[in-house]
Amino acid sequence: MPEISLNILDVAENSVRAEASLIEITVSVQPEEDTLTVIIKDDGCGMTPEQAASVQDPFFTTRTTRKVGLGVPFFKQAAESTGGSFRIDSEKGKGTTVKAVFGLSHIDRMPLGDISSTVQTLIVFNEHIDFRYTYEYGGKSFILDTREMREMLGEGISFSEPEITAFIKEYLETNKAETDGGAEI
Amino acid sequence: MKSLEELRAIREKMQGKVGVRAESEDQIRVVVGMATCGIASGARPVLTALSDAVQEQNLSEKISVTQTGCIGLCQYEPIVEVMVPGKEKVTYVKMTPEKALEVLRLHLLGGQVVSKYTLSAAQEQNA
Repeated sequence: MPEISLNILDVAENSVRAEASLIEITVSVQPEEDTLTVIIKDDGCGMTPEQAASVQDPFFTTRTTRKVGLGVPFFKQAAESTGGSFRIDSEKGKGTTVKAVFGLSHIDRMPLGDISSTVQTLIVFNEHIDFRYTYEYGGKSFILDTREMREMLGEGISFSEPEITAFIKEYLETNKAETDGGAEI
Repeated sequence: MKSLEELRAIREKMQGKVGVRAESEDQIRVVVGMATCGIASGARPVLTALSDAVQEQNLSEKISVTQTGCIGLCQYEPIVEVMVPGKEKVTYVKMTPEKALEVLRLHLLGGQVVSKYTLSAAQEQNA
């Protein structure tokens, strides 16, 4: 994966398949601590401790179309190769939390990439699921919560309406730029 | 900072024109593979290009763009499958946003399969 945001897209798709009703994604950039932390938390079907351990193995997957599952191993390796850390906490029937910490200034850290596009894709193409996305840079932050969006919009307006899709994109991009001052991450 | 309050205004503007779009049987279905293999080879910009173009050209009633998991042809990703009602499914491989827009113009709108990008063309080349 060339970008951290693509890892997020990929791993969040696992939460979609785990039939989550709420997926919380946090991206926190802390220049003072020299970290970039990604947390993906869902309330999906969860895993047993054995499964949670084995998803970190490339030769484990629940799918049948191919024999390897590289999503989680890619993400883990990307984080650990920057002097960071990676962990999965999961409970059967409760949900799963994936946390990856990257060394922000480490030479091997890939760029965050187009995170706004990733979040927009997740929201628009998985309308039956709620998302709460938090972006932090230093002490600043912003949140996009689809539950709040639905409250404003009322019934019957789909996120895939052009006006709404465009609003989501603009909201994410504008607020990200105001949060991190357009820093290259 | 942009506020969600703007959604209220959008809602007002949209009153009356919503709820008209239902999945219909004569809709063309376009499916983009978005598993690890697809995402790693560039499926996100392909999906975005297609769905943006469909929205911009007001084609949402005619064409539905959705995503799917791994199709099992990882070496050919990004893959775009086109299902036109009454016709056989066409599988486009190694897509880019540019190629996908060509498929939109020639196949989805023009009705002409873009043979050079199909799975069978790629398989013949490898044979």
